[in-house]
Amino acid sequence: MESRAMERQADEKIDLRGTPCPMNWVKTKLRLEELKQGQLLEVLLDDGEPMRNVPGSVKAEGHRIVAAAPLEHGFRLLIERAGDAAQ
Amino acid sequence: MDTDKSKEQRAEQRAEELKAGGFIPQRQRGKITVRCKAPGGRMTSERLAKIAEVAQEYGQGLVHLSVRMSPEILYVELSDLDDVVRELEEVGQEIASCGKRFRVSTACGGCEYNPNGWTDTQRLAVQATDRFFGQETPHKFKTTFSGCVIDCPRARETDLGFQGMVSPRLEDEKCTNCGICVRVCRDEALTMDAKELPVRDADRCTSCGDCIKSCPLDAMVPGRTGHAVYVGGKHGKHPHVAYPVAQLVPDDTVMDVIEATMDWYRQHGNTGERIGNTFDRVGIDGFRRALRDVVGDGLLTAEDLQKHGWRSVFYRGLADTFPQYGALD
Repeated sequence: MESRAMERQADEKIDLRGTPCPMNWVKTKLRLEELKQGQLLEVLLDDGEPMRNVPGSVKAEGHRIVAAAPLEHGFRLLIERAGDAAQ
Repeated sequence: MDTDKSKEQRAEQRAEELKAGGFIPQRQRGKITVRCKAPGGRMTSERLAKIAEVAQEYGQGLVHLSVRMSPEILYVELSDLDDVVRELEEVGQEIASCGKRFRVSTACGGCEYNPNGWTDTQRLAVQATDRFFGQETPHKFKTTFSGCVIDCPRARETDLGFQGMVSPRLEDEKCTNCGICVRVCRDEALTMDAKELPVRDADRCTSCGDCIKSCPLDAMVPGRTGHAVYVGGKHGKHPHVAYPVAQLVPDDTVMDVIEATMDWYRQHGNTGERIGNTFDRVGIDGFRRALRDVVGDGLLTAEDLQKHGWRSVFYRGLADTFPQYGALD
């Protein structure tokens, strides 16, 4: 399951387990802004509120989540940075 | 010759007339609170600026935001009312109402800009207020529109409340079996089946839409959206919880629900009796029958109210106090 979901290599990684809402989203957003269009950011998030909030915010900003996979504690998301026009 | 009693009666009648127009006599003799109409608590900055200007010129520069979202200009002289109304009219600012009638509808931000909302509560609040505002009822009749089950505007504590709900639908081919939806669901309404696809238990689902928002691949999408209908709630000295009576009522049926509810209330409610108390006195099935003509199979049954999806959205144990809904012929 994980291999299928994580087939593309991330350009940047950020572990936000232990970072509460909304700072986890703020940090995700800032890190995405440093990337170029089409580059991939891997984000690790806690279960619960972070997973209820962050994916929705990522999608609302126009970025694309290309893969998602559960970890023993939390989740890993692979996010493709959108072009500035899409945001 | 005036007796004290007739003087008192005239004063009461005068106060009632003023309240019908949205002017509330204050504790201070000759001072009036002017309640401005703001369906859904929303207004243009132009109107807001005018309200501020009028409060400065005719009041004491004070405005109170009423509990139900109406800006109230305080300390206006009774003799200035005509001028105040005329000035507010210049920017299209109307006066709200009090007393035994349909009140200005309240609403949350809804789906227009609030990330949680599933229904266009702001549009519906304006539509309902335009159509029903000021119509007389046995006692006050309050309506509200909330966009999701979080229910910030408190549909569950209003005479007639509409609360946005969504039933999620899975597009199997897009699902990557990540299981996020199962983990984010607070009601254990989703489980993974043998093919590792999420399966929804409709009886446990509260139609909040968390699974849709959190789905990374947009495999879980909105199926039907609509409104849960709650009726009979009130605050006050003797608060009354609203009963859930219908689900997934579409936007274009909402005004018909309001009309049917007010019609039933006018026929069965005693003067001075809120609709929740009318249910307690005459039962709720007569109303449910009238509502069924409008919402069809959206009508909730006694069986529905036993399900986690409905029981869990009230304070713990409260659902046990609901009237037993009968089988309608």
